Amino acid sequence: MGVLGQSIKRREDPRLITGEAKFLDDIQLPGLVHAAILRSPFAHAKIKSINTDQAKAYPGVIGVFTGKDFMDLNPLPCAWAAGGVKNNLNTPRCLEPDRVTHTGMGVAVVVAQDRYIAEDALALIQVDWEPLPVVTDAKKATEPGAPQLHENAPNNIECEWECGDAAATQAALDGADVVIKQTLINQRLIPNSMETRGCAAQYNPASEEYTVWMTSQAPHVMRLLMTAFVFGIPETKMRVISPQVGGGFGTKIYLYPEYVLMAALSKKIGCPVKWSETRRENYIATTHGRDHITDIEIGVNKDGALMGLHVKTYANMGGILSTIAPGIPTTLYGRLLSGPYKIPHIYCHVSNVYTNTAMVDAYRGAGRPEATYVLERAMDLVANELGMDPTAVRRKNFIPSDEFPYTPADNILAGLTYDSGNYTLTLDKALDMLDYTGFRQEQEQARKKDKYLGVGFSSYIELCGVAPSAWIGLPGQGWGAGLWESANIRMHLTGKVVVTTGSQNHGQGHETTMAQIVADQLGIPVEDVLVEHSDTAGAPFGYGSYGSRSGAVGGVAVYRAAERIKEKAKRLAAHMLEANVQDLVYQDGKVMVKGTPAASKTIQEIALASAVGYSLPEGMEPFLDETSYYDPPNCTYPFGTHICVVEVDKHTGSTRILRYVAVDDVGNVINPMIVDGQVHGGIAQGAAQALYEGAVYDDNGTLVSGSLMDYAVPTAHMLPSYETARTVTPSPVNPLGVKGAGETGTIASTPAVVNAVLDALKPFGVKHLDMPLTPEKVWRAMNSNGGKA
Amino acid sequence: MKVTMRVNGQTREADIEPRWLLVHVLREKMGLTGTNVGCDTSQCGACTVLMDGMAVKSCNVLAVQADGADITTIEGLKTDGAYHPVQQAFWDNHGLQCGFCTPGMIMTSIDLLREHDNPSDDTIRRGLEGNLCRCTGYENIVRSVRDAADKM
Repeated sequence: MGVLGQSIKRREDPRLITGEAKFLDDIQLPGLVHAAILRSPFAHAKIKSINTDQAKAYPGVIGVFTGKDFMDLNPLPCAWAAGGVKNNLNTPRCLEPDRVTHTGMGVAVVVAQDRYIAEDALALIQVDWEPLPVVTDAKKATEPGAPQLHENAPNNIECEWECGDAAATQAALDGADVVIKQTLINQRLIPNSMETRGCAAQYNPASEEYTVWMTSQAPHVMRLLMTAFVFGIPETKMRVISPQVGGGFGTKIYLYPEYVLMAALSKKIGCPVKWSETRRENYIATTHGRDHITDIEIGVNKDGALMGLHVKTYANMGGILSTIAPGIPTTLYGRLLSGPYKIPHIYCHVSNVYTNTAMVDAYRGAGRPEATYVLERAMDLVANELGMDPTAVRRKNFIPSDEFPYTPADNILAGLTYDSGNYTLTLDKALDMLDYTGFRQEQEQARKKDKYLGVGFSSYIELCGVAPSAWIGLPGQGWGAGLWESANIRMHLTGKVVVTTGSQNHGQGHETTMAQIVADQLGIPVEDVLVEHSDTAGAPFGYGSYGSRSGAVGGVAVYRAAERIKEKAKRLAAHMLEANVQDLVYQDGKVMVKGTPAASKTIQEIALASAVGYSLPEGMEPFLDETSYYDPPNCTYPFGTHICVVEVDKHTGSTRILRYVAVDDVGNVINPMIVDGQVHGGIAQGAAQALYEGAVYDDNGTLVSGSLMDYAVPTAHMLPSYETARTVTPSPVNPLGVKGAGETGTIASTPAVVNAVLDALKPFGVKHLDMPLTPEKVWRAMNSNGGKA
Repeated sequence: MKVTMRVNGQTREADIEPRWLLVHVLREKMGLTGTNVGCDTSQCGACTVLMDGMAVKSCNVLAVQADGADITTIEGLKTDGAYHPVQQAFWDNHGLQCGFCTPGMIMTSIDLLREHDNPSDDTIRRGLEGNLCRCTGYENIVRSVRDAADKM
């Protein structure tokens, strides 16, 4: 049995359980100085003047700078404008020189000998502000008379985007037995990776080279954006390194103003400089997630058959664009609105809207949780309206397992097809684990005792392994580059293997799973494989880790590089064994003559022969060193069914999750322990959206939920234990058969929990509530009918 | 001003301003960067260390308050090259993903197991409520603490 599919312990853990891992803020450099950033207290304002004299005079301060000092640098680029439509792009500068459009934008920076001094001096900077009118709600921002944020964006519209067939969908709705309408608010979330962001930079005047350490999920992309777009210098003049990164959930994909600022400062002041984001800054200056206002109309026949889905969404972009913001609520949301269901006609219109709030960009799941929330709430609304069981509505409309590859209606997936699936199987398995019949009886009994239990379902698909370059790129979905991934494998003279990958590990365990792929392919001990990543000086260009792409794209690049190593090893072994290469097989770490195992060479013997190069076949170069740049032919489509059981306390409105059952199909599994861990964490984040979390701005654009005291990141006793299981439907898209597992939990869990609470509230006549389902909101809903069940 | 404390079994001194927090002295004056800072409001617990055997959030302790104290950080847990049973349990049970909260989680867990040698899952969950993790959904952290309790 190979090492693939085994729950081997993570190889990155020893440094993390001993405190030896070096996160960004742990970086110490000779002569290192510290930066602190003055941020706007206003959500929308002009900067009339900034006086830095007192701050500059403060003992220990090395320099104070404002936006005017960096006008030689370009604004940050937007790397993903929504495809096929006009985008009214506005992006930040490293410090804003004239105007701010959300609280938290940087307007000045202090560099000092230590962080305490830098923070002290911030208080001595005087800014003369001219406050401007504020709008924070995406729908209101498009209405006449709303404050205008950007000259090039009338009515605050970043873009208007659509997919599907408007006329056919309207006809389908007109012909349906029943049409259900609902407004759904997918509230703004604050991602809260436990490590905040940070950046350290050092400039070498002799070589004119920058070295920049940053908390990034995509260091190669950061170097490209910084050098080619912001600094206008050769890409070779900058090295970007992601040290140990403490979680990202999307927020660490992007190029942020502070990274540009630190690199520029390191040259300006002539010594290395570091900025470590405070949690307060993380709340106001790092990207948020979700924030959709959506109106749906779903047409259904009396037998439960879906006929058409019409979706209109206002997606909040924040005050200015983050790196890939416009692509998230368009390509990664609208195109997923068929979910696991056969819907004859679909139309989706999205308005991306500027408001005076923090930038919104991808947050774990990125568009797909929002799409799944729309569909899974819709399924329960349909079930309620028709008096059907929620599982029956889902079952009736599932894409049958013999219809794959499946193309969703009205070209909403823009030419791609779902790879493989068996949706009924995950529902059946989850129902078995739950004992659904038993639960309904228990629920009935409990209601008689004035106890309110509820069960909620969520069947989902995801789009992972982003993405075929030609599909997602400029000719298609608007992404400003490709999305292939790289891997290099070198097998050294001693038989030890070094893998470098363009994927970036910030908690997912790539150093273990990538090693498993190589060890399995080459038939060598996993301990002999070292996985390196996250340094532009050491690895081939790669696009990094997000969108559950590291297995289905990065892992496949590793697999293909290993295949090439095997292929060269066979050619060399043929020379060594004086055999024909066609007669050789690679098995268990050896190349052997078919049917004559005694005539064999181990891969280590071959690596030695290849590395020393004493005797090689004509034309063969020494060394086993192979690189793959793998561009996937399609995305991959994991799926599953999650079931949540809750009890809602009638007297307090508080919800307790009693059971949580998750059956996921992520294709083949490289390391089950790691996949389970990803599912657990994802469920926690999604359930937290359902019950606890929500960013709140007041009318002035001040973030009221602006710290961990005010924003409810759940603790251990606020969450249940999870019951996880899997079905395995390999993906035909790639040779590993993997689909991706990083986001499934987040995508599935939010509607499962909401549906469960609303099921518990059914006796109270409550059909829908918007998240988060706080005790107060639930209690008010239960009591709006006089508290009578 | 000077503070003196015993840190991971060694006497250490630091010359600091009175306002310096214990966590900054550990990280920036003593080079012990295993203790992480995850917030500025004492919610996250990433900075938890043991002070005279009790778990404290070192971002919430002035270094002068720790003058003369005995401090154990994550770097001080291994004995004779062997992991502390709680460290081992976190590794064995996949109790960490990004690992940023892990030093604080481990230190809090040690204190929790000092008070409860056979804690229920509910006791573990309540005992860890001062420590946030965003990756694991706590499932495998609870398993890790349970496993450590069984083995200690």
